[in-house]
Amino acid sequence: MANNVRTIQVHRQKATLWDKSYIPEFVRGLVVTTSHLFRNLNPNVDERLTFTRNYPEEPTVYPERYRGLHRLMLRDDGQVRCVACMCCSTICPADCIHIVAAEHDDPAIEKYPRVFVIDELRCIVCGLCVEACPCDAIRMDGGVHIPPFVNRGDAFFNRDLLMERGGPSMAVQGGEQG
Amino acid sequence: MLEVLISLLKIVVIVFAFVLGVSGALTLFGDRKLSAKIQNRVGPNQATLFGLRLGGFVHFLADGLKLLLKENITPAGSNKFLHNIAPGIVLFPALVGWAIIPFMDHYCTGTVQTLADYTEVCVDGEWKNYFSIMHSDVGLLFAFAIAAVSVYGAAIAGWASNSKFSLLGGLRSSAQMISYEVTMGLSLAGVLMIYGTLNLNDMVRAQGYLFGGWLPMWGIVVQPAAFFLFFLAGLAETKRNPFDLPEGESEIVAGYLTEYSSMKFAGMQLSEYAATVFIAALLAVLFLGGWQVPYVYADGIRFLGNHWQPFADNPQVWYIITILLRIGAMTFKILGLVWLQFMMRWTFPRFRYDQVMDLGWKILLPLSIANLFITALILTIL
Repeated sequence: MANNVRTIQVHRQKATLWDKSYIPEFVRGLVVTTSHLFRNLNPNVDERLTFTRNYPEEPTVYPERYRGLHRLMLRDDGQVRCVACMCCSTICPADCIHIVAAEHDDPAIEKYPRVFVIDELRCIVCGLCVEACPCDAIRMDGGVHIPPFVNRGDAFFNRDLLMERGGPSMAVQGGEQG
Repeated sequence: MLEVLISLLKIVVIVFAFVLGVSGALTLFGDRKLSAKIQNRVGPNQATLFGLRLGGFVHFLADGLKLLLKENITPAGSNKFLHNIAPGIVLFPALVGWAIIPFMDHYCTGTVQTLADYTEVCVDGEWKNYFSIMHSDVGLLFAFAIAAVSVYGAAIAGWASNSKFSLLGGLRSSAQMISYEVTMGLSLAGVLMIYGTLNLNDMVRAQGYLFGGWLPMWGIVVQPAAFFLFFLAGLAETKRNPFDLPEGESEIVAGYLTEYSSMKFAGMQLSEYAATVFIAALLAVLFLGGWQVPYVYADGIRFLGNHWQPFADNPQVWYIITILLRIGAMTFKILGLVWLQFMMRWTFPRFRYDQVMDLGWKILLPLSIANLFITALILTIL
């Protein structure tokens, strides 16, 4: 049984008196900290090692597909594109979209949202409403944050406010190729 | 009367402008900005004064104002009298020690001549003590006596606070300071044997000698071991990292500073930095040539036996340039050593307390005694 025990000879480097005095390690440590200090004093900020972004002064660069504040897109004649199909409010996991549909005067358009309110405080910015929309009526692509609110009431963005932020869409209304 | 005014001016300039200025700036730049740069951070930069940030300078003022306006708490059950005077007892020695630090040689009213052995003599005039507060023949003893007093401050602060953390910190600091003072004194005994004087200015004068015409015989050249021993003991004496156990925040909150607030805390903190600067000044004076600039003497530049005299037609101009150079050199050396102490602080981890005691009594003390014996042997043989 004793013969089955495998032994490994460990070769440890013997510390010399010079090593044990810690002087070489002290010097190495000081070299590391000093080099960091002087690299971080470099007038060229890009050469520094600091990762901190001075946020309010230097705005964050958002990625192209950043999801931010909602906006409602417009038809060519300036009316709202939304047809009040309720897809977005149905899929919304935070239940923050409130739509009241109404009949449109134009017989070619079936419905339009009489009330379209998004509670931006409840919104979790998941982007599912944009995915669900069949007619490119709601987007979150403005590259703008949801701003902080002082009053909770201000966080209810109504239809006109959302349309102000919107613009004409290049998609064909109804999805049919003209 | 004029002498009194000059003394007062020296006190104001050296103690209040230089020492408190440097130690105050250290609290900001050493502890906040410098550490931030070392650790790849930006450091405080948000406080503004009239819309100006000045790279964090304003935080310095904000900190001072904050400390002034904080509530001054004396904990219940503490000894009120001792608790209140302890910051003074700590601050007093840190500032009084500066009396003997020479920032420049005495001013010569006549003309200065440098002899063959590089000592400067004042011809047709007398030396006027304009650049150190006190010309004392027991300067170094005075410095040690004063430094020893600062133990009381920390111990009293720890005891009077009626807090166990404070008491532990006070005990640690008194034990540590007393242990390392032995090493400090013994490491300097060799220096004293070589220079044969306790007067700090005379010591600096002796360091102006050029060995072989090119090597300045600074203390670090003749006593390299003593320099390192004194540097380490000085770090421990001023409770800087890696010897900052008396206020090791991971174990005992802030040591003897725990129960202090407001300006009492600021005074304690400031005196700690002032003590750091004082040790740096002692190191500069004893080992780094004090105000000496290598090869620059009051009557010209000497190198390898050559003597070059700038402004030969008007020696007074060169003398004034020398004075400015020498004050600058002294300040530069002090600031450099202080900077080194700060780099140590942000580089090394803290010792364990038994390791500190081991290092002090089992390693540094025998080494300093060995250094003393070897120096004595060499001096006897020569």
